[in-house]
Amino acid sequence: MLSVKNIHANIDGREILKGINLDIKPGEVHAIMGPNGSGKSTLASVLAGREEYEVTEGAVSFLGKDLLELSTEDRAREGLFLAFQYPVEIPGVSTTNFIKAAVNEKRKYLGQEPLDAVAFLKMMKEKMALVEIDQRLLSRSINEGFSGGEKKRNEVFQMAMLEPKLAIMDETDSGLDIDALRIVANGINKLRSPDRAILLITHYQRLLDYIQPDYVHVLYNGRIVKSGTKELALELEEKGYDFITDEVDLAANQ
Amino acid sequence: MKEKPDTLEQAVLTEYKYGFVTDIDTDVIAKGLSENTIRLISNKKNEPEWMLDWRLKAYNHWLKLEEPKWSNVKYPIINYQDIIYYAAPKPKKQLNSLDEADPELLATFEKLGISLNEQKRLTGVAVDVVMDSVSIATSFKEQLSEIGVIFCSISEAIQLHPELVKKYLGSVVPMTDNYFAALNSAVFTDGSFCYIPKGVRCPMELSTYFRINTENAGQFERTLIVAEDESYVSYLEGCTAPMRDENQLHAAVVELVAHAKAEIKYSTVQNWYPGDKNGLGGIYNFVTKRGMCKGDHSKISWTQVETGSAITWKYPSVILKGDHSIGEFYSVAFTNNHQQADTGTKMIHLGKNTRSRIVSKGISAGHSQNSYRGLVRASKQATNARNYSQCDSLLLGDKCGAHTFPYIEVKNKTAIVEHEATTSKIGEDQLFYCKQRGIDAETAVALIVNGFAKEVMNQLPMEFAVEAQKLLAISMEGSVG
Ligand SMILES: Nc1ncnc2c1ncn2[C@@H]1O[C@H](COP(=O)(O)OP(=O)(O)O)[C@@H](O)[C@H]1O
Ligand SMILES: [Mg+2]
Repeated sequence: MLSVKNIHANIDGREILKGINLDIKPGEVHAIMGPNGSGKSTLASVLAGREEYEVTEGAVSFLGKDLLELSTEDRAREGLFLAFQYPVEIPGVSTTNFIKAAVNEKRKYLGQEPLDAVAFLKMMKEKMALVEIDQRLLSRSINEGFSGGEKKRNEVFQMAMLEPKLAIMDETDSGLDIDALRIVANGINKLRSPDRAILLITHYQRLLDYIQPDYVHVLYNGRIVKSGTKELALELEEKGYDFITDEVDLAANQ
Repeated sequence: MKEKPDTLEQAVLTEYKYGFVTDIDTDVIAKGLSENTIRLISNKKNEPEWMLDWRLKAYNHWLKLEEPKWSNVKYPIINYQDIIYYAAPKPKKQLNSLDEADPELLATFEKLGISLNEQKRLTGVAVDVVMDSVSIATSFKEQLSEIGVIFCSISEAIQLHPELVKKYLGSVVPMTDNYFAALNSAVFTDGSFCYIPKGVRCPMELSTYFRINTENAGQFERTLIVAEDESYVSYLEGCTAPMRDENQLHAAVVELVAHAKAEIKYSTVQNWYPGDKNGLGGIYNFVTKRGMCKGDHSKISWTQVETGSAITWKYPSVILKGDHSIGEFYSVAFTNNHQQADTGTKMIHLGKNTRSRIVSKGISAGHSQNSYRGLVRASKQATNARNYSQCDSLLLGDKCGAHTFPYIEVKNKTAIVEHEATTSKIGEDQLFYCKQRGIDAETAVALIVNGFAKEVMNQLPMEFAVEAQKLLAISMEGSVG
């Protein structure tokens, strides 16, 4: 589904990603872990098509297409979804209207008729239950004045509405208390399916107590320095990142 | 190169669609302003003596005034001798019906989306069209006159209804009011006149479409609307101008009079040529609009969507004289590139239990500057006056500016004045968020602007809402009701 080959990316002339390789198949859940500043969000942004990041080397194929050739909005319409680490506020646009526009833009791209009001409402009702999101939130301007937890829930809700092929979740667990974490994780679990892949970006192992990943990768200093199964996450939890990063730094200094 | 707009800057860059020039035989007088110019205008319009005297008085007062400097706009000194004060498309003969008008003229308005053709005309809207200095045609005149509604050009009103014009002209905006009002009083050439008799609810929207065509011509129109007791009228005004490198002056005066229990709803969709993206050319829109709630329980409501003009300087105001009268001001001002807007309102509470409501939405993009300037005054006698003001600013990008200047003067302890203001900013982060959800830059900006301006747009009559929405470069496809 997604194949990332030797991606290098710069921002303001500084290289942040230094050769990333990653293969994700339908139905799989991959976790990317790593210390702050290692480039996790940068990888998510590059895949989603944020213009500030310049890809200097490498290739990405997504569902057989050259991802880097597609515009940001077409990547989304092809089924790539990014749950933002810091969802932005958009004044004046209600969450409902925003999501309806998104759903219908995608349908237009796929050559489908727009959803009418009734069908759209029905779909909303269904998906709202998944993440236990409050109806009142949806009539407010998107993310404006939302608490941290509400913003994250809203991201998962949008994911449910847009039914992506690949969902990249950038620290969707950060800033959540334990109850909110359980709700959000349950929502994500319900959205797992054999034809949908999920890339979980997280700093802590605790999310992985709720969502069992098939693979775990450690990103450090712009490179994936270790990959394994979910046991790797437990090992990280126990020993901290240092046990890997020290090794990498040592090798680099030799 | 991508064709579709991708950044915020590209997405807000819309082309001006009305910038063409009509090649038509025009009667133009020489540039310059003097007593003789005024005599010439008055003579061309075959005006009675009293009208000429009024103009000359205004002119002599204007000579003593200086151009105002207090607004937050910058422009080079205007040379008033370098302006043409009268330009009129030459009629081939007396018109019996609109269909006999010059085909070139009909085509012009067809192109602007205003069909003057009898069959194709919007059924619910009566239109007066003004090109440069004169009114070309007014539709539905007869049907309206059957119920006593007078809707004609102000020139015609001076000839046919002099007693009404004498009584009300300058009664709300005196010729001495300000620099541009004095100038307008001296040289105004045409505009619309509406009179709604007692107890009549005007069955259709009345509207005037203003078009500047001639190079170097200034447009000085004058509109007067009088609503007698218990009457109602909804009036709309629209305008466009060709693209030119020189700035052109538009200095209008609009006066509204609402008697007891009467209601006037006045809507404007202002789309004068704004100048090019480097700030060259465009209309200077210096306008005085004021309504008088003269009778008890009367109501005046201004709604404006301001997207055009290089500079906009206007403050549609309401004098709340009658007890229990209501004044409203709903405004969306969109500025882009190097446009400057200094707009707002004045609500002058004189009567008891008067209410006013101000909703102002300023949207700035490019390098533009957008200011709200508003005054709420409650006089000593205005017991229980209430005002609620809300001024919201939206910045698209980081090179533009928004400013709010609310002035409040309260002389009565029972008055309550509330003011709320917000500023929000849309940048590349918001745009990326939208694009990541499959919403392209253009649709995203439309969605945001549409959502922001909705409260004001909802005030517009249906026939105009669509046009206004298009003006704001809003494609309804991406948005939802
Ligand atoms: N917009 C930006 N401008 C400059 N540097 C940036 C920008 N975004 C990220 N960086 C830098 O790139 C590195 C990786 O950041 P990020 O991808 O956010 O890390 P993570 O998500 O793993 O915490 C950091 O050193 C950060 O300072
Ligand atoms: Mg991050």
